[in-house]
Amino acid sequence: MSGMTHLKALEAESIFILREVVATCEKPVLLYSIGKDSAVLLHLALKAFAPGKLPFPLLHVDTGWKFREMIAFRDETARRFGLDLIVHTNEDGVRAGVNPITSGSSVHTDVMKTQGLKQALDKYGFDAAFGGARRDEEKSRAKERIISLRSPDHRWDPKAQRPEPWRAFNTRKRKGESLRVFPLSNWTEADVWDYIALDDIPVVPLYFAKMRPVVDRNGAIIMRDDERLPLHAGEQPQNKMVRFRTLGCYPLTGAVESEAETLPQIIAEMRASRSSERQGRMIDHDSASSMELKKQEGYF
Amino acid sequence: MGAPLKKIDEHAATFVRLADQPSKAQLKLRQPPHAQAIPAASARSLLRFITCGSVDDGKSTLLGRILYETGAVFDDQLAALDRDSARFGTTGDDLDFALLVDGLAAEREQGITIDVAFRYFSTENRAFIAADTPGHEQYTRNMATGASTADVAIILIDARKGVLPQTRRHSYIVSMLGVRRVIVAVNKIDLVGYDESVFRAIETEYRALAAMLDFIEIHVIPVSARFGDNIVAPSARTPWRQGPALLELLETIDGAPHGAAQFRFPVQWVNRPNLDFRGFSGAIAGGSIAVGDRILALPRGRTSRIARIIGPDGDIGQAAAGQSVTLTLTDEIDISRGDVIVKADDSVAPARTATVRMLAMTETPVTPGRNYLVKIGSALTTARVTALHHQIDVHDYQPKPAQALAMNAIGLATLRFETDVVIEPYAQCQSLGGLLLIDPHDNSCAALAVVEADGQAQAAPSPARGHALLSWLGVSALQDDAAVARAAIAPWLAGAGLTGLIAFVASGRPLVATAAALVDAGVRPSLTRLVRSYRPRAVGASEDGLAGDGGGI
Repeated sequence: MSGMTHLKALEAESIFILREVVATCEKPVLLYSIGKDSAVLLHLALKAFAPGKLPFPLLHVDTGWKFREMIAFRDETARRFGLDLIVHTNEDGVRAGVNPITSGSSVHTDVMKTQGLKQALDKYGFDAAFGGARRDEEKSRAKERIISLRSPDHRWDPKAQRPEPWRAFNTRKRKGESLRVFPLSNWTEADVWDYIALDDIPVVPLYFAKMRPVVDRNGAIIMRDDERLPLHAGEQPQNKMVRFRTLGCYPLTGAVESEAETLPQIIAEMRASRSSERQGRMIDHDSASSMELKKQEGYF
Repeated sequence: MGAPLKKIDEHAATFVRLADQPSKAQLKLRQPPHAQAIPAASARSLLRFITCGSVDDGKSTLLGRILYETGAVFDDQLAALDRDSARFGTTGDDLDFALLVDGLAAEREQGITIDVAFRYFSTENRAFIAADTPGHEQYTRNMATGASTADVAIILIDARKGVLPQTRRHSYIVSMLGVRRVIVAVNKIDLVGYDESVFRAIETEYRALAAMLDFIEIHVIPVSARFGDNIVAPSARTPWRQGPALLELLETIDGAPHGAAQFRFPVQWVNRPNLDFRGFSGAIAGGSIAVGDRILALPRGRTSRIARIIGPDGDIGQAAAGQSVTLTLTDEIDISRGDVIVKADDSVAPARTATVRMLAMTETPVTPGRNYLVKIGSALTTARVTALHHQIDVHDYQPKPAQALAMNAIGLATLRFETDVVIEPYAQCQSLGGLLLIDPHDNSCAALAVVEADGQAQAAPSPARGHALLSWLGVSALQDDAAVARAAIAPWLAGAGLTGLIAFVASGRPLVATAAALVDAGVRPSLTRLVRSYRPRAVGASEDGLAGDGGGI
């Protein structure tokens, strides 16, 4: 790797991982969550298999609570690259009326994301799923392998991970088992933004600061994307200059006040920031090991 | 530095609500000295390193300290650390930096590291990928996972305990996996009163040990991960020590990976989107290639010429090691995944056998006579362990007889492949010399193995270098042939005996077994001689010493 900048080294590694899984698995899929990491992952996948088309579909597990701009961006991206996009929603959850507001973040996340994801993977029989998770996001992710074996129930066993020496990836699995694959494992948030700037990769406009209607919920700045978010008695949305560092279900994703309207401004703001990007994600904070528990249950 | 890092009370006050945005003044208070901001990306290089050593030597604490000092720990993470320290911490009222790294619930509860954690930080000149590896012997395979991709290793030693068996084991594995530069951090120097004599004694002992390994650069530094001595800046409490602090060393140490100068391209995937395009995708494992170069595709041996090189950003004229590219050729020749493209004038030849040093990684021992799937670069083939020559005693690096390699044991073995394979000595090419053995029954990773260099094929406790081996044997030149012979003959007899035993089990007939053992014992030395005369030898007096162990075949 001598002579390569670290971004080019990371790019080469990610492309290697994507190709390795496509060459050795029967039915891979790319989990597309519309955010910046998914944008980079998709961009790398397009590079890895050029001049051919993507040799796998994209899967979006739609909880029904994504920002409207995210859905518009998703559909526009699929159209522009001619992608095979599968959208799956857990209809059982919809029928049961599960939502992030009255059901609470953990029930909503479990039913609409984790169970929804497992349903979709089983329905289509995917044996490997690419995701844009990075090890620097969260400390149980820091422990996960690049290629992570899941049981037929999609469970992760953190105490029995396969050794993963060099890049000699072991993609073999028994019937029913599947792989979760994280080509961006070694990227940091800063790397992702630097790469987005370097390659001019389109991202959802919600990452850029703009006047948006927000309410204060337990110290978090929650955007009122539309009527789906009922207002508390006497609560009045205020227009504030805000942006998002991370995008999830909108009632569970806190905004940050910011003036950063361009990529260089976002990068400058991130470099000066003293808080982590997942600070705005309510679902990570339920307990010290909440992400690990969710992952054991099959969350990505 | 100075006083221990007390829990900073304003953390708790400020971070009651996670979404709070603290004021700039508050931020300034809590900013670690070297953490003004994450530096710009520009043209930083990438250095991968590991922290390793025995249990409780402070590996996770050291890495947590480095992350903290470089500003890689954000305020909300510090607030979480503050809470976790109170709940799980082992450092009294101070922040327990290990909890920044020990990310699994089981690790925090038990206060130990089970699996490797990868963490990231940057300085002005470098981006770092740090792997914090477990110290417990039972998790050695996870330590090896971290070591396999490292450019540099930080080996921790507890100043109160000195060199421990795990220090030796980890040093051996680090050397075996090709890490050539190590930093020995003699930690908890505060607990021995910053005593120079304690430090010097450990340094002397470690350098003697390291003389038997393949390191080319060794730095020994007294540190206190808990109090920060010699981590970011030279400590006033160790005035007797000259030289850079740990972080400066990490920023300046040469991270150039060893790699083949010869072009090596394991074909990962054949890209054939339409009839007009047929490309071979992969990562260049060594050397460089340019459009127009004549190439040879192994193992089938077809030749052609490079038509196009397509990199991540489109067509390029040439490419080098580390890059992921797609090659097209001027001729339609049959190439598939697992093949290796080299330059046409290259002399590399496919092989059917290899002598490997291996680390067993599963509960089921690696046993001679068993078949494994073997991953070599992008090729997957089947191999039989035809002989297990000896196991390495990690306490003194001596070979000892072994019937099988139990989990975490290291030994020298011969593999016989079912198909022609392109392999290379690990020291020359990590991709084609680093093998993963997969148990075909349950797909577990049974062992990792590194292909021995030709000249070392008969070597005893490599990765020792010859002169070191001789000094370890206590001989100058080759005066004590008997000692060398004794070391040599034991594994050989054990190997022959084992052949007999296998034959007995297989045939159920003692006569057949005895015959097999005798044939094995008789044939093996002559085969060894044959191989020796055939293989080009690295010249030097030390080689004669190395050749003393007939266990290489």
